[in-house]
Amino acid sequence: MMLQLKFDPKTVKKPIISLATLEASALLNIIRASVGPREGELVVEVEEGKAEKVVEVLKSYGVEVHSIKKAVERDEEKCVHCGACISICPVEAIGFDDEKRVVVNTTKCIHCGSCVNVCPMKALALP
Amino acid sequence: MKSIKEINQKIREGNICVVTASEMKDLVSELGVEKAAKEVDVVTTGTFGAMCSSGVFMNFGHSDPPIRMQRVWLNDVEAYTGIAAVDAYLGVTQLSEKSEEYGGAHVIEELVRGKEVTLRAISKGTDCYPRKEIVTEISLEDINQAEMVNPRNAYQRYKAATNSSNQILRTYMGTLLPNFGNVSFAGCGEISPLNNDPDYRTIGVGTRIFLCGAKGYVIGEGSQHCPPYGTLMVKGNLKEMKPEFMRAAVFPGYGVTMYVGIGIPIPVLDAEMAKATAIRDEEIWTEIIDFGVARRERPVIKRVNYAELKSGKVEINGEEVRVSPLSSIYMAEKIMKELKRQIEAGEFFLSAPVERISKDCVLKPMRLKEVKLVRSVMTPAITVEPETSVEEASKIMIQKGINHIPVVKEGRLVGIITSWDVAKAVAMKKVGRVAEVMTRKVITTMPDEPVEIAARKMEKHDISALPVVDAKRRVVGMVTSEDLSKLLAR
Repeated sequence: MMLQLKFDPKTVKKPIISLATLEASALLNIIRASVGPREGELVVEVEEGKAEKVVEVLKSYGVEVHSIKKAVERDEEKCVHCGACISICPVEAIGFDDEKRVVVNTTKCIHCGSCVNVCPMKALALP
Repeated sequence: MKSIKEINQKIREGNICVVTASEMKDLVSELGVEKAAKEVDVVTTGTFGAMCSSGVFMNFGHSDPPIRMQRVWLNDVEAYTGIAAVDAYLGVTQLSEKSEEYGGAHVIEELVRGKEVTLRAISKGTDCYPRKEIVTEISLEDINQAEMVNPRNAYQRYKAATNSSNQILRTYMGTLLPNFGNVSFAGCGEISPLNNDPDYRTIGVGTRIFLCGAKGYVIGEGSQHCPPYGTLMVKGNLKEMKPEFMRAAVFPGYGVTMYVGIGIPIPVLDAEMAKATAIRDEEIWTEIIDFGVARRERPVIKRVNYAELKSGKVEINGEEVRVSPLSSIYMAEKIMKELKRQIEAGEFFLSAPVERISKDCVLKPMRLKEVKLVRSVMTPAITVEPETSVEEASKIMIQKGINHIPVVKEGRLVGIITSWDVAKAVAMKKVGRVAEVMTRKVITTMPDEPVEIAARKMEKHDISALPVVDAKRRVVGMVTSEDLSKLLAR
């Protein structure tokens, strides 16, 4: 599952991802990272069975944890189903249905935002 | 054999047989050409895609006192006024003077949605038109005429795009990922109007069409018409258009355009037309070209057909590359169905062309006096080696009055050191070897590259010089932004 982690000026200085990996003996796949001197935000993918333990460890170090359930959102009003986004998605989460309508596979989406920046109709947004 | 007159009679009587182009393919496979020709009267075709060569002629009506509009803006987007006093042409790609992401297409869409836009016009004032300035709000209802006239629409097929360079490219073909990261293509293939009438027997001057929800007309071949890459010039009344069949769009890093919806009914006059409308994506070929080369003649990477493109994957250099359409097949289908409905309901009649459009391709490149190449402006390069000391490099810069020195090892370019790198080294007390402070990822040019491309590279990467290298990455010269500005100043 996908977790959004927020680091404050204190936690951002500690090697918390490594600590979580070791203590929960889980593999964390960093999907997105924006880390500055005063704060940080990460999106990590964790295997389903280990998620609970990882969240517990992260919280014990003072990290704010949110689980991400929603994928990139497509505005039905704006989308014309051109498919410009399809080949941009790094994980092949976007495709056509049988009627040639654009559909997002919500479980595959890794929240990278690549598609958001290429949509000619500005119909895609990260929740 | 049927005539258009007979077909229209059937529409009037309500016993017309209309199918969409998608349906026609299967019908012909099933019934054969002869039988399908007998059974089907009209095939509706459709396309919905970015059509930059589009715009609207408007007549705003006269104010009191009147003005001869010399320049006019609608929501800060300028329209062309080099015609009569209160006439103007607003092109879809014209950008707003206030925003990069708003343009003529947006103004047109807002008008069709019934919204008001701000009109601002200026003039020097004449005896007959004394007014010098006007600012007012207008809506589509207020203006006398609003006629969409599009010089180039409905491309029969189009070259698909990919990118061999190591940079992400923002183009009118969408975002192209580096190293053949993706392919994008435009056009709807087997359902697109001109592919279903490749000899232009029924689509010609005067053919009545569906244009963004209104009834429109073909008024001639489009600009750059080059069969089988045919195009159409079309017109239609903006006041009758529906927002769902047109859409303003922004290609990030490129600009504004409009997605235009076009549907064309093809009369199945005989077996030949039935055969034409049975065309499949597998038979419609185009080329994938490389946008990594910013020249007019972009290299062809491979020939592909629309079936391959629509499959979502093509193979390039042995690797599977994902494909994005830019036109909406879904919307094209919707247009074909809507046109079919209108014909069946007796709301839309067919018209015979009064003149045929050309089957010949006349596509000339722009004639330029001379293409200036990097070779003609480059200067001999002074190089250093990675082992050279930073101190030595800085001495060379001062002696020769230069700011950039390419770093070469065994004759090949491995880096570049700039006066800025030297300053940084001094500030950080790291005045050792060049190798420690040089930039390794060097943006380069080649002797036979046009200077415009070299200038664009400098602008894009915010740098002021490029080493000129040959195919083996041996440094053969340097070109600086000063060399280029001297050239432009002449």
